[in-house]
Amino acid sequence: MSLRKSIAPYLLALPYSLVFILFFLVPLVLVVVVSFWDYTEYSIIPDFIGTNYSDIFGGCIAKLPDLCTAFATYLSTFKYVFLTWIFTLVIGFAVAYFLAFCVTSLPVQIALFLLCTIPFWTSNVIRMISWIPLLGRNGVVNQGLIKAGLISEPIEWLLYSGFSVTLAFVHLYTLFMVVPIFNSMMRIDKSIMEAAYDAGAGGWKTLWNVVVPLCKPGIAIGSIFVITIVMGDFITIGVMGGQQIASIGKIIQVEMSYLQFPAAAANAVVLLLLTLMIIVAMSRIVDIRKEL
Amino acid sequence: MAGPKTKFFLGLFFLLFLVFLYGPMFTIFVLSFQGPDGGLTFPMNGVSLHWFKSLWEGVGVVDIGRAFRRSIALGLVVMVITVVFSLMAGLAFRHKFRGSTPLFYITVASLIVPSIVVSLGVALQFRLIDDALKAWGRENEIEWIVQEFATTMGLFTSGMGAQLTWTLPFGLLIMFAVFNRFDPMYEEAARDMGAGPWATFREAVLPIIAPSLVGVALFGFTLSYDELARSSQAIGGLNTLPLELRGLTTTVTDPSIYALGTVTTSISFLVIILALLFAWVLRRRRLAQGSDAGKGMV
Repeated sequence: MSLRKSIAPYLLALPYSLVFILFFLVPLVLVVVVSFWDYTEYSIIPDFIGTNYSDIFGGCIAKLPDLCTAFATYLSTFKYVFLTWIFTLVIGFAVAYFLAFCVTSLPVQIALFLLCTIPFWTSNVIRMISWIPLLGRNGVVNQGLIKAGLISEPIEWLLYSGFSVTLAFVHLYTLFMVVPIFNSMMRIDKSIMEAAYDAGAGGWKTLWNVVVPLCKPGIAIGSIFVITIVMGDFITIGVMGGQQIASIGKIIQVEMSYLQFPAAAANAVVLLLLTLMIIVAMSRIVDIRKEL
Repeated sequence: MAGPKTKFFLGLFFLLFLVFLYGPMFTIFVLSFQGPDGGLTFPMNGVSLHWFKSLWEGVGVVDIGRAFRRSIALGLVVMVITVVFSLMAGLAFRHKFRGSTPLFYITVASLIVPSIVVSLGVALQFRLIDDALKAWGRENEIEWIVQEFATTMGLFTSGMGAQLTWTLPFGLLIMFAVFNRFDPMYEEAARDMGAGPWATFREAVLPIIAPSLVGVALFGFTLSYDELARSSQAIGGLNTLPLELRGLTTTVTDPSIYALGTVTTSISFLVIILALLFAWVLRRRRLAQGSDAGKGMV
């Protein structure tokens, strides 16, 4: 009995662990290993060279202050990360605040929360495509603006542009902010907020000095999610950017389509390190395990 | 707490957010019923099912029906595995075991490592396996490997594995949330009445957590059915629906792509509604049967 009891957790965790060893850990190790390999047009050759890395940033330092392709791509990716992060954070916080503090009936709260989460269970590509009839050259927005006499020519930058990419990111990923921030807010003891009011703190002061600090874990988790997703994105940027905008993820994808696995792997390692740095910075704020 | 003015503006903001969330989806839903002469945008040129018919007859070279069936099949398999494996792991995490902390961190890492990196890794792994198998086949002159073998990559090997790294963490995190709120009293009561571990699990634990398991199943199926980034490089020769869809965004220039959007979104909605209903019924049934004293055998 006691032997059975002591090995039971291991047996129970085994299938789950095996999946992650086979399809996550080993592949990640392979990415790191292969990033040092050599390659030709049709094969990859075991080796230990650094050229895949030096190729990424080839001539970048010499070129400064002009940006080489790699730096420009990284910078552009960071731009989308930052814009998406700011917008999802502000919108997500406001939505979560409404759900947590303005809705008092629990069933209504659950219903509205579900309403926010349902799109998460539908197709991302469809949600991207659904902007086309709105933002296109003859789309709803342009037609409306022309009819209203605000513009005479359709605006071209609404679709297949940096604007539409950012819009789609915000549309797709605000939920990742809403859920953890809402979760943090629901744990706030309402009497603390009342105490702040009673002590004479105004609405904004209470928000900034009481609610925001107590929501830090939720904000950190949401931020980690949004930032890492946008950092590695190649699909949204591809579809909404009309395949014209570069990103780190797209570089990896293109290199893979040319079967340049070691080059793609080197780029992936750089991407992974950048992502890791952001997460380490964020996780100083929060212990994720306490949040469940 | 919040003043009436704050409440009003936040309520308005929330409403606008919902319009922002659902508006575009609703637009393509309407436009998918565009008349035969209608285009990709308004005005509607009549109302018809023309584009659904043209979708049925096939868009370009892509066999939508096949891709659709592949996605459903993969979604169902991923769903079952996600429910069973994360339930088992969730039960394991209720006890202390060596390696539980690393396993937890791997789970979180899997959620936040960029999907393209996972996809690349899985693709690399299977390519290396292929190369090794082919070399081995040539050396030992195994005919079918030399003649016929192409790749180990496929829907239910590399594709499924890549998707599981995305669905399983959600499953386990839900299980954590469930067991954090689970009262062990029920199990103790069952044990006191002489139930073994299996009977305790089946008769006491399972009925209580069943609604949450439906939630895990919902995550498992929908996340797989719509999954794109992780399987994109690792699916092998036969594409799933989302992958075909991404290709179609650049080639199809008529409303049949909206029709496709309406069909897939309807299926997602159907699955969501069924899952919510099912979870609700399970909850109701448990609450109704909270005590069966005096009811005799059921």
